[in-house]
Amino acid sequence: MASKFTVSNRTGWLMAGPAILLIAGFVILPFFLAIGLSFTNQRLVSPNPTEFVGLSNYRQLLGVATVTLEPLRDDAGAVVMKDGEPEYPSIRSLTRNNPDRPDLAGMREWFSFSLGGEAKTFVLARDVVFMKAVVNTFIFVIVVAPVQAGLALGLALLINQRLRGINVFRAIYFMPVVVSIVVVSLLWRLIYDGQSGLLNNLLDAISFGLIPPVNWLGDPSTALGAIIAMSIWQAVGFQMVIWLSGLQTISPTLYEAAAIEGASKWQVFRYVTWPGLRNTAVLILIVITMQAFGLFAQIDVMTNGGPLDSTQTIVFQAVERGYGKQDISGGSAISVILFVIVLSISLIQRFLTREKS
Amino acid sequence: MARISLKDVRKSYGTAHVIKGVDIDIEDGEFCVFVGPSGCGKSTLLRMIAGLEDITSGTLEIGDRTVNDLPPAQRGVAMVFQSYAIFPHMTVRENVAFGLTIAGASKAEKDAKVAEAARILQMEHLLDRRPSQLSGGQRQRVAIGRAIVRKPQVFLFDEPLSNLDAALRMDMRMEIGKLHNQLGATMIYVTHDQVEAMTLADKIVVLKDGQVMQVGAPMDLYHNPANLFVAGFLGAPSMNFLKVTVQGIDGGRALVSNGALDPVEVATAGRSFRAGETALLGLRPQYLTVSEGPGQLHGQVALTERLGAETVVEITLKDASPLIAALAHDAVFPLGAMVNLNFDPARAHLFPME
Repeated sequence: MASKFTVSNRTGWLMAGPAILLIAGFVILPFFLAIGLSFTNQRLVSPNPTEFVGLSNYRQLLGVATVTLEPLRDDAGAVVMKDGEPEYPSIRSLTRNNPDRPDLAGMREWFSFSLGGEAKTFVLARDVVFMKAVVNTFIFVIVVAPVQAGLALGLALLINQRLRGINVFRAIYFMPVVVSIVVVSLLWRLIYDGQSGLLNNLLDAISFGLIPPVNWLGDPSTALGAIIAMSIWQAVGFQMVIWLSGLQTISPTLYEAAAIEGASKWQVFRYVTWPGLRNTAVLILIVITMQAFGLFAQIDVMTNGGPLDSTQTIVFQAVERGYGKQDISGGSAISVILFVIVLSISLIQRFLTREKS
Repeated sequence: MARISLKDVRKSYGTAHVIKGVDIDIEDGEFCVFVGPSGCGKSTLLRMIAGLEDITSGTLEIGDRTVNDLPPAQRGVAMVFQSYAIFPHMTVRENVAFGLTIAGASKAEKDAKVAEAARILQMEHLLDRRPSQLSGGQRQRVAIGRAIVRKPQVFLFDEPLSNLDAALRMDMRMEIGKLHNQLGATMIYVTHDQVEAMTLADKIVVLKDGQVMQVGAPMDLYHNPANLFVAGFLGAPSMNFLKVTVQGIDGGRALVSNGALDPVEVATAGRSFRAGETALLGLRPQYLTVSEGPGQLHGQVALTERLGAETVVEITLKDASPLIAALAHDAVFPLGAMVNLNFDPARAHLFPME
């Protein structure tokens, strides 16, 4: 029946209006502003007029170069050794005021490797911190996406049973999702504390003092891992609920048919459960990937990108650049780069998981 | 091949007793139909035989083995579900071969057996399609194909035709009948449709509220129903029941009458009645004829349904009770016309009031 609410355009627009305004103001407008600002030299507060600078922000962020250097030799032609390693000409001599290599001006060493022989290849980046942030973010995504999805599926399979009190477990697993990520991060900072943290105490107790305390967030070799573990724990409940909804769309008679045909538990999973979860899996993979690329709050609360930039991430850099350094255009450029990365990965995932006819 | 025997089989969910002590013997190669109204426990009983529901008490034997505690796969049964339960992501070929895949059969064996099943069910052309490209009847064929490919001792059908339209249902019913003749396996078939029960079964088990009402060959049940429920459940239109007074008893016969029925002698079929008692006289609509003469029953035409080969007449008897007559020819009755009806007392059944 057509009532006033379904035929009147005005009522419809009035109802949708607030949401449209908010989405336009806080999602659509910033999206286009970011793209526009990334081509300027806009600062958060500046007396100078904004200028169009073309791709300079992107060049600054993404500039990478390699130089292959021969080790230094003394007058006799022997390699100069320093601390047991061959010594190479300093990078600074190339990147600072070197009229022969203007293209390397302002770059810094990111990492180096040697392909056998004495020559060593140095990879230079115009913005080493950003490069580390990109690498850290990719490590985070590559570890979190499969581990979190897998754990969540395992939990969902365990939870999806008719047992007394199963709802208690559902609630427990879902609880971290409900708690704000900032609160969770604060709590985990205490758990990871290098001196008297819960984790160190626990390890100490179960190993009878054999495992010495580790400064989980203060050590560059453990900091990112600690944040990965905590992030997986925090959101696994959310993915579990999505898996669970997928599991419940699978018709119980399919399981009965499989039981009659004598399928083992693994065969049931392989032939009935997993194919039935296909669409859910695509959704979860894309959702986790997008969320993981947005890693920020944990870093901001727990490590601030440190120690030694070992937990820098793309979004943290965008915020740090835009507000910390008041370089709005640089922050915008980072956001646009992140957008392109996430978009292309989602498209690739969609392509790889498409329905093959 | 296997015979199946249920001895005092019961099923309870807590205090709710769903199956209340069922004894059935199904011979090897027999086509047995469980029939009854919804909620009578027929599907539960089938699922207990399949092993999908556990048996609270009693024994279930398949092929002289007690299988109460065996998982479904070890009972040697195959099942066809009402909802087909075919795997949507597999082709028809993969679906039919599913049981063989699970058992780890070689590709050559699978191909040969799938081809044979497809030939029996005439669905060779469907093998490479996906279930979403199939009609309901074709899906049911795939489900049956999956069942026959393993050559089980026992086939279980759980209302397999309920989701099909009427015309297709008749075709598939005949196909299942032919399949039974071809395979010669023991089959148990659950339905609420008495036409399926009557046409397919060697043996019908009529169930009501988790209890067996009567077991027997279709014609046996039709002509000699053991109780009021079976008499009313089988046959369409269903049997008329007239309240009558027993005038007298003479050996195995009782003289009965009421306001619309002239006194008539009918067999008591072993049931006991006392003179003066009120009883129910069961008359199948098909065995009533309109008489030109005085007749045994008297009433007025209330409604006529002409179906061509059959005419169904609703009559309001002189004592105001309704009566349905199904006449095996086309006839016209003016509304309100007085009619006299005749019936063969040998075709009438007398039941005590419940």
